[in-house]
Amino acid sequence: MENRAIFSNRLLPYLLILPQLAISLIFFYWPAAQALWQSFLVQDAFGLSTEFVWFENYIDLLKTPEYYQAISITFVFSLLVVFFSLAIGLLLAVMANRNIAGVQIYRTFLIIPYAVAPAVASVLFIFMFQPGLGMIARLLQRNGIDWNPVLNGTHAMILIVIVAVWNQISYNFLFFLAGLQSIPKSVIEAAAIDGARPARRFWTIIFPLLSPTTFFLIVINITYAFFNTLGIIDTATGGGPNGATQTLVYKVFLDGKAGSDLGGSAAQSVILMIIVVVLTAIQFRYVEKKVHY
Amino acid sequence: MVEHRRFGNLLPHLVLLAGVIVVAFPVYLAIIASTHDNTVIANGQMPLYPGGHALETYWKTIVSGTGKTTRQPVGAMLLNSLIMAVGIAVGKIAISIISAYAIVFFNFRFRMTAFWTIFITLMLPVEVRIFPTYKITSDLHMLDSYSGLILPLIASATATLLFRQFFMTIPKELVEASKMDGAGPMKFFWDTLLPLSVTNIAALFVILFIYGWNQYLWPLLITTRDDMQTIVIGIKKIIDVHDALTEWSVAMATAVLAMLPPVAVVVLMQRLFVKGLIETEK
Repeated sequence: MENRAIFSNRLLPYLLILPQLAISLIFFYWPAAQALWQSFLVQDAFGLSTEFVWFENYIDLLKTPEYYQAISITFVFSLLVVFFSLAIGLLLAVMANRNIAGVQIYRTFLIIPYAVAPAVASVLFIFMFQPGLGMIARLLQRNGIDWNPVLNGTHAMILIVIVAVWNQISYNFLFFLAGLQSIPKSVIEAAAIDGARPARRFWTIIFPLLSPTTFFLIVINITYAFFNTLGIIDTATGGGPNGATQTLVYKVFLDGKAGSDLGGSAAQSVILMIIVVVLTAIQFRYVEKKVHY
Repeated sequence: MVEHRRFGNLLPHLVLLAGVIVVAFPVYLAIIASTHDNTVIANGQMPLYPGGHALETYWKTIVSGTGKTTRQPVGAMLLNSLIMAVGIAVGKIAISIISAYAIVFFNFRFRMTAFWTIFITLMLPVEVRIFPTYKITSDLHMLDSYSGLILPLIASATATLLFRQFFMTIPKELVEASKMDGAGPMKFFWDTLLPLSVTNIAALFVILFIYGWNQYLWPLLITTRDDMQTIVIGIKKIIDVHDALTEWSVAMATAVLAMLPPVAVVVLMQRLFVKGLIETEK
């Protein structure tokens, strides 16, 4: 790493870096280490004795059907959220990239969801989808759909997917727009001269050139769907009905709150940490590539 | 742009308009609901235009609270959210800018170790280390306190990386000129580096303010006292009370108040927001 090590001062650099290091150690490393350590321990019901059990917590975890249910729910949820939020974000960005009047105004509205807290976004949609009084819920019921996210797991899943997609549109829209604006106009014009129609130009030229942005956004959106949607789920469904919306992160939260199985809960956290490490590693490999590109 | 379009620009306008409606409608509906009477809403008969109960609802929401439930007025929650959001934004910027300064402009032992120690925290989001972090915060007697709300969230590798990247673009000559004038490292920091970083700091502030204001999980866990609650947490408690009793007008007024500051920041400081968003995630 290049640096401009121009100042030579013995004490000062340590003092400057100390606050951030101290906070990282106290609130990041120490808790992470504790989770790791706890995941190898079993505590008896009264918390009186603790035993080191190697990977027993992990093995137990992998034996519970609920854990597999949470994995498949996380998978379905993430897939839907990533696909729809990317598709909508891309569509809007492509349209906003045309030279049309009023783009500024459209953009101003389209970035609003980013500023809305996930839990608050959830409340906005609960209001519309509340059976009996919500505008959209009544519309569905009038059309013969027995809409009830409190009792119907599929409906609950649809609800949280809608909220999560809505909340994430702005982000994908802005990144796709930035990506599109960095594609040289001359390339597109050359294709047009060769006679390629707009749709063909998009799929054969623009979309491939946009692939670094798309790939980056896929990773970011998976991370989002995994971790940042806890507020949405907690407010909208509480993981219910019958665990139908209980994602891996939400399960860690519920099990940890119940506090009955510290080791198992810690093992779940460690598995999530490994997922984050992998996602971050992929993301940075990509960034590295882009730099050398 | 490239060729003449048969339908002009009708399609992009239609698509963007549809997008705006999808995005804005839930927000619009919340604003409308906050101006109507509860019974109208509960019947499912709420019209799409504003009603005449706005003042009453907002007064009830912010100042007086309601008789029906034991709910707290929202005024105090707004203040807590503001303190938390500003605290996190200012704290993160302050500790990251000085640590990036140390890493880029000084040569010291363990420089790379320090850099990687900070860098790796990217991989430990609060959601995966939540309960051990809770325990430490509790051991440090920081539950139900502003320091407990703020400190565990202010270590940020992203902000440090952003400043580091920016500092690396500052020409060496500038530092040498400053040294020639007899400036020490702190004088260089205050008189040269900080003024150059103003735009970056502002862009980062916008992003971090929203991040802090919208926090959910952490404040939910570490605040037990009602007077320490933030508005994002408070809103859940309002609709949490048994469904039939939910005062939707108050709930929606609370949602509007919870959205207002971050939305205002994003809309009014759009340029800084976009810059901050694109650069912190790079």
